[in-house]
Amino acid sequence: MNIDLIIGIVQIILIATTPLVFAGIGELVTEKSGVLNLGVEGMMLVGAVTAFVTLVVTNSYILAFIFSIISGILMSSLFAFLVLVLMSNQVATGLALTIFGIGLSSMIGKNYIGTPIDGLTPWYFVILSFLIVFFVSYFFYKTKSGLILRAVGESHNSAHALGYSVLKIRLLAIIFGGSMCALAGSYMSICYAPMWQEGMTAGRGWIALALVVFATWKPGRILIGAYIFGGVTILQMNLQAFGLRLPAQFFNMAPYIATMLVLVIISSNKLRIKLSAPASLTLPFYKGR
Amino acid sequence: MNKHFVEFNKVTKEFPRVIANDDVSFSIKKSSVHALLGENGAGKSTLVKVLYGLLAPDSGSISFNGNILNISSPSEARATGIGMVFQHFSLFESLTVRDNLILGIDKNISYNDLKNQLQDISSKYNLPLDLDAPITSLSAGEKQRVEIVRILLQDPQLLIMDEPTSVLTPQEVKNLFVTLNALVDEGRTILYITHKLEEVITLCDEVTIMRSGKVIDSCSTENQTAKSLATKMLGEKLEELKTDYSHIKNTKSLSAKNISCSFNDPFFTDLKDISFEVNVGEIYGIAGVAGNGQSELMDILVGENTLIDSGELIFNNINIESFNPQKRRDLSIAFVPENRLGHSAVPELTLSENILLSQFPKNKFSKNGILNHNFIDNHAKKVIDTFNVVTPGSDAKASSLSGGNLQKFVIGREISSKPKLLIISHPTWGIDAGAEHAIRESLIELSQNGTSIIVLSQDLDELIEITHRISVIFEGKLSEPFNTKDVDITKLGLLMGGKNE
Amino acid sequence: MNNFFPTIVTRSNSSQLMNILVPIIAVFLTLITGSIIFSIMGFNPFFALHTFFISPISTSYGISELLVKATPLALIAIGLAFCFKNNIYNIGAEGQLTMGAIFGGGIGIYFYDTNGFWLLPLMILGGAIGGALWGMIPALLKTKFNTNEILTSLMLVYVALLILDYLVVGPWKDPQGYSFPKTRQFSESGRMPLLFSGLRVHLGLIITLLLIFISWFIFSKTIFGFQLKVSGFSPLAARYAGFNQNTLVYLAFGICGAFAGIAGLSEVSGPIGLLYRDISPNYGFTAIIVTFLGRLHPVGIIFASLVIALTYLGAEDAQLFMQIPAAVGFVFQGLILFYLLGADILVNYKVVFKK
Repeated sequence: MNIDLIIGIVQIILIATTPLVFAGIGELVTEKSGVLNLGVEGMMLVGAVTAFVTLVVTNSYILAFIFSIISGILMSSLFAFLVLVLMSNQVATGLALTIFGIGLSSMIGKNYIGTPIDGLTPWYFVILSFLIVFFVSYFFYKTKSGLILRAVGESHNSAHALGYSVLKIRLLAIIFGGSMCALAGSYMSICYAPMWQEGMTAGRGWIALALVVFATWKPGRILIGAYIFGGVTILQMNLQAFGLRLPAQFFNMAPYIATMLVLVIISSNKLRIKLSAPASLTLPFYKGR
Repeated sequence: MNKHFVEFNKVTKEFPRVIANDDVSFSIKKSSVHALLGENGAGKSTLVKVLYGLLAPDSGSISFNGNILNISSPSEARATGIGMVFQHFSLFESLTVRDNLILGIDKNISYNDLKNQLQDISSKYNLPLDLDAPITSLSAGEKQRVEIVRILLQDPQLLIMDEPTSVLTPQEVKNLFVTLNALVDEGRTILYITHKLEEVITLCDEVTIMRSGKVIDSCSTENQTAKSLATKMLGEKLEELKTDYSHIKNTKSLSAKNISCSFNDPFFTDLKDISFEVNVGEIYGIAGVAGNGQSELMDILVGENTLIDSGELIFNNINIESFNPQKRRDLSIAFVPENRLGHSAVPELTLSENILLSQFPKNKFSKNGILNHNFIDNHAKKVIDTFNVVTPGSDAKASSLSGGNLQKFVIGREISSKPKLLIISHPTWGIDAGAEHAIRESLIELSQNGTSIIVLSQDLDELIEITHRISVIFEGKLSEPFNTKDVDITKLGLLMGGKNE
Repeated sequence: MNNFFPTIVTRSNSSQLMNILVPIIAVFLTLITGSIIFSIMGFNPFFALHTFFISPISTSYGISELLVKATPLALIAIGLAFCFKNNIYNIGAEGQLTMGAIFGGGIGIYFYDTNGFWLLPLMILGGAIGGALWGMIPALLKTKFNTNEILTSLMLVYVALLILDYLVVGPWKDPQGYSFPKTRQFSESGRMPLLFSGLRVHLGLIITLLLIFISWFIFSKTIFGFQLKVSGFSPLAARYAGFNQNTLVYLAFGICGAFAGIAGLSEVSGPIGLLYRDISPNYGFTAIIVTFLGRLHPVGIIFASLVIALTYLGAEDAQLFMQIPAAVGFVFQGLILFYLLGADILVNYKVVFKK
């Protein structure tokens, strides 16, 4: 095997995996605070279309990312308002956010399907994704604010009793998650694809959710999980290229089946999941009594 | 000023179903231990939550150190000099002791400073700690130490202790009292919440007694006796219950033989070689501090956990260790687990529906899988009437009942089937005095009619009041049984703390 | 203290009235939001709402189309109610629907040149089995390996869609269909009979109503329905009662899968008549909204399915007459669910202004 091919494969893996890292680390922070947001896929799509349309209209990459992140903040704030203030069911609200996001993004992007743009080089974002993971890791384990966020996810009642503002901390964590999902989406429509297509995230949001479980809620492991995952996906593409004779659809199934397998392997150790999952994940917080 | 270090002035706090604090006024002297005495549900916890900034009063005010207290959060309370140790610890189970301590400190503190302060506090008050241990690995007494140290790091002037001894062994209680006295000697003030009369007499200087949200009396403990305090706390005098051994038959109802069960999970206590026997008509008590394997043992007795490593459970000559709860009910065994909401009853369902949770062979709740709603409703009404459950009707949701009434309903449901064996955990946990008395009375009556009863409880007084024999569970091991009428309390206390001799 | 800010207080007993009122409030708020969105887009809101919600059902053809759309939604939704009552979040009904269409449709394709009264029942049975088997996979993974059913059931949607894609471009492709990715037509007796000539509403509607009635009976009259409810509200209580919770998980997933499978089959053997890529406009996902909007109750689900079916029709008309992308229908569906979940707070809490 020649060295160029290997470098090529590594490059492809890095480029293809980056949105998973962004979305995964964002969701991880949200879940660490005790909130499960199943709206990742919806926020990614809205982030992707916002960036794309902004770029087409203004021709500015900077504005594209800024608006995309604002869309992520707005989408996640909507979610936060429902689950934190109105104490709605987190699972159902997350699903609503995804359904809403799928509809909203295809509505906004309807007239932009197939519009050509100049893609941006992905490498800054690849580097940024690593930096963010290291930052989150540092934040969690080396700062008091990070400790407080983990504590809120562990027991909101105890955190409240100590005087920490559970809702404020969760709001910030949810918004961070939303921003990261939007960033993942904008990366896909502007760097990775680069184009807009309905439902273009193709389940990556859900895979990011699975990554958090794979990582057993530890930031560094998001990177490991995402890259194992990206590796497997790219490998199947290459097997295909090397002439393994199977219909394309079966290769395309690989990411989804791999996700299920990984979930099965990780979750079958009940104790590990119990010890690493934030103890108040999905539980609503009501401070009235 | 010193006399009125803390002053409650007409504090009122109302909840949808109950007035928790009704015009509460009293004051606390500086450098004293002041007891807040009352039954469960008397309004003590609500009052201290108001004092600590967790709840806002509907009306009235509190003055602290001469100033009107105007706080809306615990961190403001701490900044003012008020600290609180909760009954159910406000610790973060999966975090280490160190992380838990850091979380309790408002100012940023370096690890070295923390260590120095900690050494000071540890040696001064006899509160040793292992900083790197996760909270899950600690005993109840150690967890309480973490809580107390966390509060002391803030140097509070007033320390609120909410039922601090409910999870401690008698020996740990002694140590706690030494610590508290040392704190008072330094000029700190302690507000000590309890429903245990002896503690008020031994530890406290003054006492305020609350009943149904109102202050009944506030006085020095000097001329009080346990009896005089009890009268104030309970109001009308309740008849003392008598234990009678004469009806117990010499035939075995249930015998547990060498039951062992390991879980490989830090949240569970492994059970080691548990054996005991209960005779027909006997009430057998299992005492112990929470977290020593009671709930694990209960799961095995009920049949919610049938995966034991070894051992036998024999009821009327039938091996039942592999039977699920329904199969055990078919043999006329009834169960009441500790937790009402979500275990022995479903809060979201009506009382009628809750009747269906335990079906005994005599009941005709269903035929071929199809429910007989009329029969179920009538049965629910019968239970409500017979056991004086206060509720608008059988179609009320379980969550709308008070703890005592729901517990009466659950116990009524179980014993209306006239079971041969009743297994019950913490029968009177967290309920008012009236319901408590009624429940204990009905258990005694049941045993006199030939039902064998196993009671698991942390409340030693309760076990001594109603059981015939008693044994102690500690770290998953069960002691030999003692006859309750001539048991030595000190011995039980030592066993609860894991000391044999 | 806070005189002006309302506070939220727990109700001692959750409000039955609000339970029924909240879905209506949610639909109403969605209409208001919709008219605001339409105004911003420069349309007369009344014209837009009329185009969206009134004109699609102002003809008998329109009503029939509404029922055609409501049929799969209601059928999947009542199946989902079995899962949601048991607190199982099966969000993969779209995959179960697809598998039902593949199994049942596969039978139809195999017998494409055969007629017989037995064919349609056999296809329906195939659809039920296909959907049930697909639904059992997350159930198996959940009970045996403790794996979260939300993610596995969803992943299986993608897998099912890819299998369908493979079949219609590969082995099952219509030999006379040039290179279009579609299969042969089913024979006449493999099609759902129409209920009225000239209208597309078909036998699937009757099957759906029948299954909804059976579900109502199960939910309100049987031990099994009670067991689902108890184990959904509190698994500990179900364990205490001695219910076998793994069996309940399999049954809930199996029934839901079977219903979704029948819905899928009734789509392909009803309006469509063959298999191709896009047999469902997200019915499996939209049915989640129908279930919540219908409060997991059979009667509620019937009404909710009509409301949500209308958003499909309205979106089609809006695209036709107002050049608004049809995806606006999904936006409305998302909004309804948001408002429903938000307004749900009124059921268990009340808002009071302090004196």
